[in-house]
Amino acid sequence: MLRTEEMQINIGPHHPSTHGVFRVLLTIDGEIITKAEPVIGYLHRGTEKLAEDLQYTQIIPYTDRMDYVSGMTNNYVFVHAVETLMGIEVPERAEYLRVLAMELNRIASHLVFWGTFLLDFGATTPYLVAFREREVVLNLLNELSGARMTFNYMRIGGVKWDAPPGWIEKVKEFVPYMREQLKTYDELATGNEIFQSRMKGVGTYTAEEALQYSLSGPNLRCTGVEWDLRKNEPYSVYDRFDFDIVTEQSGDVWARYLVRTREIEQSLRIIEQAIEQMPKDGPIMAKVPRVIKPPKGEVYVRIESPKGEIGCYIYSEGKNKPYRVKFRRPSFYNLQILPKILVGENISNLIPILAAVDIILGEVDG
Amino acid sequence: MMMQELLASQPGPVNFLIFFIQAVALLLIVLGFVTYVILAERKVLGFMQSRYGPNRVGGRLGLLQTFADILKLLVKEDTIPDKADKKLFILAPGFAIVPAVMVLAVLPFTEHFHFADIGIGLLYYFGIAGITTLGLLLGGWASNNKYSLLGGARAAAQMVSYEIPLVMSVLGIVLLTGSMNLIDIVEAQEKVWFVFTQPIAFIVFSIAAYAELNRVPFDLPESENELVAGFQTEYGGFRWAMFYLAEYIYAFAMSALAVVLFFGGWQPLFPFLDFIPGAVWFGLKFAILVFGLSWVRATWPRVRPDHLMEFAWKVLLPVALANIFLTAIAKELIQLF
Repeated sequence: MLRTEEMQINIGPHHPSTHGVFRVLLTIDGEIITKAEPVIGYLHRGTEKLAEDLQYTQIIPYTDRMDYVSGMTNNYVFVHAVETLMGIEVPERAEYLRVLAMELNRIASHLVFWGTFLLDFGATTPYLVAFREREVVLNLLNELSGARMTFNYMRIGGVKWDAPPGWIEKVKEFVPYMREQLKTYDELATGNEIFQSRMKGVGTYTAEEALQYSLSGPNLRCTGVEWDLRKNEPYSVYDRFDFDIVTEQSGDVWARYLVRTREIEQSLRIIEQAIEQMPKDGPIMAKVPRVIKPPKGEVYVRIESPKGEIGCYIYSEGKNKPYRVKFRRPSFYNLQILPKILVGENISNLIPILAAVDIILGEVDG
Repeated sequence: MMMQELLASQPGPVNFLIFFIQAVALLLIVLGFVTYVILAERKVLGFMQSRYGPNRVGGRLGLLQTFADILKLLVKEDTIPDKADKKLFILAPGFAIVPAVMVLAVLPFTEHFHFADIGIGLLYYFGIAGITTLGLLLGGWASNNKYSLLGGARAAAQMVSYEIPLVMSVLGIVLLTGSMNLIDIVEAQEKVWFVFTQPIAFIVFSIAAYAELNRVPFDLPESENELVAGFQTEYGGFRWAMFYLAEYIYAFAMSALAVVLFFGGWQPLFPFLDFIPGAVWFGLKFAILVFGLSWVRATWPRVRPDHLMEFAWKVLLPVALANIFLTAIAKELIQLF
């Protein structure tokens, strides 16, 4: 017998497909992973600590930079927490604008996933195709908020700007366009034999394990657990829409891929209904005091971001700055299962498994 | 027929000079081809991915883009990692590119434009092409980098596995022709191309050829998403360009070989079209095959190494062997009646 040795290999932080500055220390036996040790923190910016020294409104732009492909949901979870603490009633039109913004952002986020995930298989075209559609979404959000990714759109008590003239029509046109493109996506990638052979049965975990590891979002729904905060604990105006929770049963990378691509379709449905139900005009800001001083107390709210369950905890001492802000960042929790599912996998599966978690390092490292 | 006379003539300084000039001419043609095939590929990819591709250097079409790239590579600092095996590190790109250029000698481009007319042309091609694997493996080993080592090992495993079905797939043609001389093979296709009589062989050949060329979907040795750049991670500047060039020369050679073996070389599609010169026919078929390379690259993802190996040994090889068997039986039966 030849003497063989295990090899340690360091993937990242400078690596083309770790989706940021993620590092994982692998021990491999040939091409089989025997141990994986993620190292995080390269993008730590201390958002929560910074927030303690900022007024409530000043914190909103910082939330954009946590999960930077889905800034709207981060905006929302923070303003929602403050509004809950202060008991502010948000005008209806503002709520609908928020929902539109969040669902468009969810589509953009899932498109980033779709493109980069397939890019990690060595397919370069889907990436560019997905980013073409994402550009449409980002342009819409740009018109609404004045920024492509770091929106800073929501305010405590409403939104910063009303929709510009003609914007609603553009969103309306976008829905059938995106539906058409989704078919192209399926033709281009989903049916491909090589994709399927690389995705099926890779990185599998059960519903029980997913719950033990506190996974959420598509990472949880891929195991068949029907848990979507938009349905289970409706916030904003989500209880007025008719949409389905997308689930898959197999719990592998393939299931996660399917869940995310089909969620785009559900988001489109929500957008359609939101445009339909939205009041034609009305205020977009509630009456809020100039200086935001929530009463003494604490609050925890959670919503469904594209990555999973994003939560915001605020402890207020009744001053104009929070005493403590804590964000439950879904990517960070979703990443925890990685060392477990990587063991025994081929090193070629590492990147798809990592990509299927759909991490954003800005969110993982806070 | 000047070539035949030259080949038969006595060796001497004049003949040597003529051969030398011809070889240099061929090399320049190939390098010119490679420069523009790189551009063409980038343009085709751009077209398929709804973007422009190179469009700055050399006019709107980016005609001088590749030259600019080559210039950049040439003037780049030549770095060798401290812990690398220096001799092997320098040798490896040579091992990759020399065989790539050598195989060009046996390819008949037209009736008159070919160099070495040797009886075992096909065997020579595969034999020499196999040496390149050594270059990739050496490069991966000598870099003293774990990514490179994994890439090099993959390259060796993949190319050894796919060499076998590749050679087996063309044996059917050798059976039908009764010769390993590439010119004889082209001439045997005067009536009907081998792609029609040997369809299974063609499919096996195409798949194995993509793997042999390290092209998508079989570009595992340099799968940049997990191995950064595989065996060439530590290479930069012109040493890296050597590997790159070797890859594209093989793309050239393999496409030319496929034209010769399956598409009747310089023969026209129908006999009445023979007023069009052979060079045009060859170029046309060749361009279509090269376009196919880019097309596949734009469309498909990469397969996994273990799937790749399984596919070679469990599917391609048995199919190729069955094809040889069927061809032999068919040939005997035809002779009987």
